[in-house]
Amino acid sequence: MEKNTLFDKIWDSHVVRSVPNGPDVFFIDKHFIHEVTSPVAFLNLEKRGIGVLHPDRTVGTPDHNVPTVDQDKTIKDKLSRMQVEKLRENCKKYGIELYDLGSDHHGIVHVIGPELGITQPGMTIVCGDSHTSTHGAFGAIAFGIGTSEVEMVLATQCIMQTKAKKMRITVDGELGAGVTSKDIILYIIAKISAAGATGYFVEYAGSAIRSLSMEARMTICNMSIEMGARGGLIAPDETTFAYLKGKQYAPKGEAWDKAVAYWKTLKTDEGAVFDKEYTFDGTDIEPMITYGTNPGMGIKIKGNIPTTEGMEGSNKISYLKSLEYMGFAPGEPIKGKKVDYVFVGSCTNGRIEDIRSVAAFVKGKHKADNITAWIVPGSREVEKMAHEEGLVKILEDAGFELRQPGCSACLAMNDDKIPSGKYAVSTSNRNFEGRQGPGARTLLASPLTVAAVAVTGVIADPREVF
Amino acid sequence: MAYDKFNILTSTVVPLPAENVDTDQIIPARFLKATEREGFGDNLFRDWRYDVEGNPKKDFVLNDPTYSGKILLSGKNFGSGSSREHAVWAIYDYGFRAVVSSFFADIFKNNCLNIGVLPVTISPEFAEVLFKAVEADPKTEVEIDIDKQKITLLSTGESESFDINSYKKENMKNGFDDIDYLLNIKDEIAAFAENR
Repeated sequence: MEKNTLFDKIWDSHVVRSVPNGPDVFFIDKHFIHEVTSPVAFLNLEKRGIGVLHPDRTVGTPDHNVPTVDQDKTIKDKLSRMQVEKLRENCKKYGIELYDLGSDHHGIVHVIGPELGITQPGMTIVCGDSHTSTHGAFGAIAFGIGTSEVEMVLATQCIMQTKAKKMRITVDGELGAGVTSKDIILYIIAKISAAGATGYFVEYAGSAIRSLSMEARMTICNMSIEMGARGGLIAPDETTFAYLKGKQYAPKGEAWDKAVAYWKTLKTDEGAVFDKEYTFDGTDIEPMITYGTNPGMGIKIKGNIPTTEGMEGSNKISYLKSLEYMGFAPGEPIKGKKVDYVFVGSCTNGRIEDIRSVAAFVKGKHKADNITAWIVPGSREVEKMAHEEGLVKILEDAGFELRQPGCSACLAMNDDKIPSGKYAVSTSNRNFEGRQGPGARTLLASPLTVAAVAVTGVIADPREVF
Repeated sequence: MAYDKFNILTSTVVPLPAENVDTDQIIPARFLKATEREGFGDNLFRDWRYDVEGNPKKDFVLNDPTYSGKILLSGKNFGSGSSREHAVWAIYDYGFRAVVSSFFADIFKNNCLNIGVLPVTISPEFAEVLFKAVEADPKTEVEIDIDKQKITLLSTGESESFDINSYKKENMKNGFDDIDYLLNIKDEIAAFAENR
């Protein structure tokens, strides 16, 4: 019998037809849309005089440019307001479900999909956002697409895609104290580089991955794109089923049993071949932080910024340019450097578990005077739970400012910008130049590390602080 | 939507030797607020091109009158990061019709092919040849022939072939997009959807 990977099984079952010497016509089960990458797609549908083929397979929410204060009021920024209004208009016109600002399930698209149980194993899921890879944590093929493809999905529920190559990354062994799934993924990206998985779809496997909660698995799959991968996925298991059971859109009763029986078949066959494999030892992984301007530039917090030894040509020029932007020198330690802002949030680490872990560590402490601390829940549901569990009180007592759900300072489309030249230690996913505001300097780390930085005011290893 | 047909492009080259040029550099997120597709070229490479007051930075290549053309030559891993198609719209709107690099990010490459910008992947060695030639003579021309899948430095005749699948090649040559194809097989898609 043919040995297939999990990726093959889901992919092959969604191919409508293969174009000779071309891409596959690939069927999409679920499509998420937001206000920034959808308006031109709808506009083009209108120009072509065609409608939305399966409105029930698309779900919308405004997240990228929404303000994180006064969400009950009219959005002040005119362009942002127009985009959000366009989304409302389009969803209404075509009968697409919208989780609007103020609704109980508003939030970042990659947080609410799983939360509502829309995201399920075996599905194909796309969205005009590269962090769609998050949904792969459920054993789905999920990836980001461009606006032309958003238009294709709306019009035909299909896109034209060439099947990616297959990579497996296995992480075995037990994780040390203070080491989170964010550290795992930053470690992997540092090892294989920001372009190391370009052309591949990644399956994460191994005992260290299996031991993670769904929230933690989502953090890993979320950042697959940061090493160039189209997406990443993890085979569903009891942890996945337990998370989904009872969720609003999860199957119920008999349909649930049937679904679980199918989901249990969603795994890579023993002996299936990958185009590339990496194996890492979980016990080698320590709290990580980035020091440069792409997510592959990560080191152990207790390590030193690499020297230029062995670098030459444009590689060395790009490296030095990156350090100059960050205000760091090759070879120096990163620990102890002064920080101005901390940001807890985003589709990478804006879920309840992340907020719980920060709250548990800062309880009874206070942020350092030089730190501005923002905490932005990934969704209304997360915000509600944080209130009910008393986490908001703990965080506010510690000097954190709680804002309303949205993408916020991860990409700074709204007013949540880090000022030029300032340092932010952030739980988000990208440390590109200007990502958190023009001139802003971003260091990516786990929520635990962010908590340690908030309290000490400098870059710190969480294991040494708490 | 339909775009200009791409057959043979002969042009001078704008060199950008940086590596890992991400889509946040190509078009920063704060310029993604439009609800239409036009005008993004003004903010192409915004923060490399202009200072905070909006004055052009003299040392950036797009502000250097020495260089112009419809071909952007860049360092490896071009277009990484966000899936924003706005990055390609900005490149197209500015006037580029091809981007040449030794390595492209996946989503960016797809987005290019969907709106009629040709991504041309060449070897790191040939990229080096092109960078040097453009540096030595900014008026030097490069020819990209999509039918022959060949890129040539006209001054020396040095050339290299590049990959593109025949489906996308036909699309680029005719200015077709994928929706045209998909709409033509809508019954087949409907039958497939029926069984899901």
